[in-house]
Amino acid sequence: MLTKRIIPCLDIKDGRTVKGVNFVNLRDAGDPVALATQYALEQADELVFLDISATEQKRKTLAELVLGVAAAIDIPFTVGGGISGVEDVAVLLKNGADKVSINSAAVKNPSLINELADQFGSQCIVVAIDAKQIEGEWKVHLVGGKVPTELDLFDWAKEVEQRGAGEILFTSMDHDGTKQGFANAALARLSEEVNIPIIASGGAGNVPHFIDTFTQGKADAALAASVFHFGEISIPELKHQLNQQQIAVRIDKI
Amino acid sequence: MVAIIDYGAGNVKSLQFALDRLGVHSVLTADPNRIKTADKVIFPGQGAAGAAMEKLKLTGLDALIPNLTQPVLGICLGMQLFCAHTEEGDVQGLGIVKESVKRFSSKVKVPQMGWNSIHQPTGSLFKGIPEGAYMYLVHSYYVPLTSATVAKANYDGSYSVALQKDNFYGVQFHPEKSSKQGQLLLHNFLTLAS
Repeated sequence: MLTKRIIPCLDIKDGRTVKGVNFVNLRDAGDPVALATQYALEQADELVFLDISATEQKRKTLAELVLGVAAAIDIPFTVGGGISGVEDVAVLLKNGADKVSINSAAVKNPSLINELADQFGSQCIVVAIDAKQIEGEWKVHLVGGKVPTELDLFDWAKEVEQRGAGEILFTSMDHDGTKQGFANAALARLSEEVNIPIIASGGAGNVPHFIDTFTQGKADAALAASVFHFGEISIPELKHQLNQQQIAVRIDKI
Repeated sequence: MVAIIDYGAGNVKSLQFALDRLGVHSVLTADPNRIKTADKVIFPGQGAAGAAMEKLKLTGLDALIPNLTQPVLGICLGMQLFCAHTEEGDVQGLGIVKESVKRFSSKVKVPQMGWNSIHQPTGSLFKGIPEGAYMYLVHSYYVPLTSATVAKANYDGSYSVALQKDNFYGVQFHPEKSSKQGQLLLHNFLTLAS
């Protein structure tokens, strides 16, 4: 049976993990490769690296980081953050990334999704969508939720699917950072309206939040950052509890 | 020497790194002589079936691969191209396995993406890999159950998650991305008698 995926997200700046990461048994929590290796050992199902650096060397630093991660870990990983064209994607995939995530660039130029899917295959193209509710309507936002657009979340999700996206990473800006649970009503509606996998993001605070997003929210995967980085939720314990709730998760036997 | 067939398939870097971790030297090559004389051959695959077959035809690899006599491992699209035909773009494959590749129906999310359990794993490729082990899969098309099926998975029904026909082994999942059990499968392949 296909299992629900647990995905830690690592924010990267200038080749280092940012936000406080408080990981026991890790000498250098700022080293993305060391952190990724630790998560792979804890049976994280996938990793997402989100590059937030704004330097001119950004592309080169990120490409080198991807190579280092691919050499070290044996689970899939996605890379996102400022990806704007075919050349960016080609380098990241060539260096060992399994998927790339695009966000603002897709909103500004939707045909980029078609271009990337045609060239590299839908399976490696994730479209990240940040949205929040304005007067009851879910509106897509850019620049980490700061800039609203006129796009309706559900219309945009259907459009990215038609254009060839292989997966949607939906972050509710209303829930992100609150630790009050995921945006399950919107997630469930997304799963009904599109037929590609949906990753839930924003709001994870405790184990029941993950249970809810997989049951009520019908999410295929759940992404979180701080609850994992600070050790508030351990992935093996989370998976154990999901398993006890009859939610299919990967617990390796060897 | 392990030859990885180079025909522009995506993400071979992860495969090379996985072999490196096993201490095995591999070369990425399209040279027919190097492929013919390799101890083991890996046929990776990602992307569209039509474009992949075009590339194989351009280099004559479409004729070379079915005649290889050493163990050959097809991964993901590589395994699907072992088949005679695929619905993806209505393309003729290499015809090693007389089966037609089909698309998952809209009853399930397509692509299937993530870790699925494998069932009834059979033969030396799966030595030490238990029933129900999880492997990482990303695919929209699948090989139905056939006489060549050596492991099954369930998604939109039961299908072939691994095939074996003579010296040709195929896995729909990505062993290079499937943690310890994937590493064990690669190890098993690399230690098959040539």
